[in-house]
Amino acid sequence: MNARTIRFTLNGAPASAEIGTHQSLVEVLQQRFDLFGARESCAQGLCGCCTVLVDGTAVSGCLFLAVFADGAQVETVEYLGAGERLDPVQQAFIEAGAFQCGFCTPGFVLMTRQLLDENPDPSDAEIGHYLSGNLCRCGTYPQIVEAVRLAAKKRKA
Amino acid sequence: MTTTISPGGQVGRSVPRLEARAKVTGRAEYVHNLRLPGMLYGKIFRSRTAHGRIRRLDVAAARAMDGVHSVITAEDVRRVIPDPYYGPAFHDQPILAIDKVRYVGEPVAVVLAADPHIAEAAAHLIVAEYDELPAVFDEREAMTSTAIVHEVLRPAGTFPDLKHLEGRTNTNIALDFHLRQGDVDAAFASAEQVFEHTFQTQQVLHVPLEPFVSLADATPSSVTIHTASQSPSFVRIEIARLLRWPENRVRVKTLHLGGGFGAKLYIKLEALVVALSLLARRPVKVALSMEEQFYTITKHASTFRIKSAVAKDGRVTARHCEVLWNGGAYADIGPRVTQKSGFTAAGPYDIPAVSIDSYALYTNLPPAGALRGFGIPQLVWAYESHTDLIARALAIDPLTFRRKNLLRNGRPQATGTIMRDAEIEAVLERLAARLDWNRPFDRGAGAVKRGRGIAIGFKASIAPTTSIASVAIHADGSCTLSCGTVDMGQGSDTAMAQIVAEVLNLEAEAIAVIHPDTDVTPYDMATLGSRSTYHMGNAVRLAAEDARDKIAALAASLGLPPGSNLSLAELFRRKYGMQAGTIIGTGSFIPSYSPPDHSTGLTENATPFWMIGATGVELEVDTETGHVRVTRLVNVADAGRAINPRIVETQLSGAAIMQLGFTLFERMNFDKGQVTNASLADYKIPGMHDLPLAIESEFVPAEQQGGPFGAKGVGESATFGVSPAIANAIHDAVGVRLTALPLTPEAVYRAIRAAAGDPLGEE
Repeated sequence: MNARTIRFTLNGAPASAEIGTHQSLVEVLQQRFDLFGARESCAQGLCGCCTVLVDGTAVSGCLFLAVFADGAQVETVEYLGAGERLDPVQQAFIEAGAFQCGFCTPGFVLMTRQLLDENPDPSDAEIGHYLSGNLCRCGTYPQIVEAVRLAAKKRKA
Repeated sequence: MTTTISPGGQVGRSVPRLEARAKVTGRAEYVHNLRLPGMLYGKIFRSRTAHGRIRRLDVAAARAMDGVHSVITAEDVRRVIPDPYYGPAFHDQPILAIDKVRYVGEPVAVVLAADPHIAEAAAHLIVAEYDELPAVFDEREAMTSTAIVHEVLRPAGTFPDLKHLEGRTNTNIALDFHLRQGDVDAAFASAEQVFEHTFQTQQVLHVPLEPFVSLADATPSSVTIHTASQSPSFVRIEIARLLRWPENRVRVKTLHLGGGFGAKLYIKLEALVVALSLLARRPVKVALSMEEQFYTITKHASTFRIKSAVAKDGRVTARHCEVLWNGGAYADIGPRVTQKSGFTAAGPYDIPAVSIDSYALYTNLPPAGALRGFGIPQLVWAYESHTDLIARALAIDPLTFRRKNLLRNGRPQATGTIMRDAEIEAVLERLAARLDWNRPFDRGAGAVKRGRGIAIGFKASIAPTTSIASVAIHADGSCTLSCGTVDMGQGSDTAMAQIVAEVLNLEAEAIAVIHPDTDVTPYDMATLGSRSTYHMGNAVRLAAEDARDKIAALAASLGLPPGSNLSLAELFRRKYGMQAGTIIGTGSFIPSYSPPDHSTGLTENATPFWMIGATGVELEVDTETGHVRVTRLVNVADAGRAINPRIVETQLSGAAIMQLGFTLFERMNFDKGQVTNASLADYKIPGMHDLPLAIESEFVPAEQQGGPFGAKGVGESATFGVSPAIANAIHDAVGVRLTALPLTPEAVYRAIRAAAGDPLGEE
């Protein structure tokens, strides 16, 4: 195994870890930092369950090699709800009942935030297009669209 | 939607899920997250042959690899579990393949290592050679094939109607269920017209986004199993049987499930991880990949031949149904699907003479079990397509034809059971009203044609079985509910908390619900078949009422007058002199039920309740590409009285969207038994772009007698009508009938070309 030490910023705090160069970011987040909000499901970057922000951009943590996080700013869903107050997107997901089993929810929450950063007032078609890389087997999509609309309103308020 | 709030204000309220905050912050606990000190990971080496005798299994290279703890084969497993065959209906499935393999993907050996990457790399070094045996894949061929999947049938003994199969040889039929009601032959002989069609469904997959995961921590005298399971009580009983241990030495714990849909039922990886942990003397975790889910449990492919006799006035006078269920290599719960769903195969219609023959078949494909509907979506697909075809042939409006034949409360269903609290008529009428069925319908223009269709189905509660719950009132008056229902996303923790809160006059949000843990939570048959709201809901209500009675008795023992409004905390303080004590209420529930007669399938009490679901569809078909675009999908259901309206609505839309995938594109493809699309790249599930333009869900005002606060199950109801409603709408739009799922653009386009007398060549 090729080992390497990476140093990066994780959820606002400095972090380092000795990792295998073959290890994915999601694996390192789980095994070394006990962060389980990003989770592997399809392992092909197709379902969005492993979504993590690297330097502010959403990536599939199951395909993103941890070595590439060296020097980067990494944020996970845990960073959002860390304080007493939830992020408006999280709050909107709760109010709209936009999840069932919850396994895909962190990915949807992170992508919705990124969507609203880029486009504060998306149409339903734009929501559908932007979130088409996230899958929800419980089929909670109508409620997710509702949550995104609600989150957009909350962020403007 | 009609919402009735109860006197306590808790039942009928759309309480947000209790675990909502944990789920949106990524902190919800799944077994997936769990690691134990000293834990090993197991990676499975699987069969690449559909049917063959194992001639040679060489694990030497894997065993020699650096970092490998051990390589386990069936021989090793037998040292700790001498008779390592499991299953809910048949003891037919070996923990690891013994002597022969029966499908591509069957577990043959396991590599254990502290690093999962090493375990996986080592598994690739294992070599197996097989003497190939003739294989059978098609359920129709399995009826008569000389390729026999199991040499001897081994029913588990749990179900009386399987006992007659004990020791049978030279057959692939794992259960034959028969129902005979009225004089079918006479009715066919005197019929004005007879219609016969055959419909097929494809093998599909549950695809929970949290793949199967189990972790066992065994000592020589006890074992704890952490598992993403819908049936922890069953796992405990089955593991205790395999180990010949008492139940109290086996502990099964679950956390939140990242989806289940029937996949994580009965026993899957649990026996394997127990054997591995006993052998390694360390905790062992096996977490499957998405690909491996395709080799674990699936939904039955089926072939359904349906034949109806129709009188001059459009009444169906007799119906014969023959259903073949492709169960794959191991029975799992397939024989129950065959019987429990089989008896409704004639549909929600008032038909005086019915005969049903339903067969569970072994084949050399990955096993099939329960998937959101327990066989019902396969049946509704056939009988509602058939219903539409008859109506068209008779030139009767499909809604009118259904009204004429509908099964109404007070009338006997095919088993002879009198229908009660089944709002079939109300559901159909509400669907028709929402679709505005009598208005003129826009048929589209140019190459894009529009059509609409309806379908309605029903389902019996397939498991009239036991649920037990306990409610603890702590010394400060707070309350904890212990029940074995597994919340896999359906919202059961929240609904059960609402029931407790209603009885005890508390806020639902204040109730703590314990994750199933067989050392703590009482027995529950399983979380399946939409049984929990009714069965566990009743047990929970009884437990809360028992606690309430004990609180009253405590107050009386302190000399307080009835109705005194002293706080619970003060009651405890007066009784025990300090903040101390616990009140425990218990509730146990099993509904009445009469099993069907073995030869006729008849019974006066087939089910404690019925679930009803209807779907209406408006769609466009592009005649140049065969592409179908659903513009409106309307689901109407009878959910009894909704405990949590918002969650019920989400269950309805979610179930319909899942079934939309099974209808339009999902299909496991095979080449000589090998799945060729075992990944989400090749097996597509519905995403945002697949949603209908409009999706509407509604439940009718209803009250289920005997249900907790009038409630009943609803998790599967919106799957029933989706597939036939779409096929009926396609027929309405372009005049072609598809009889096999999925309704892909290619299938639609081929049918259009064939109807135009210009068929395309072979696939």
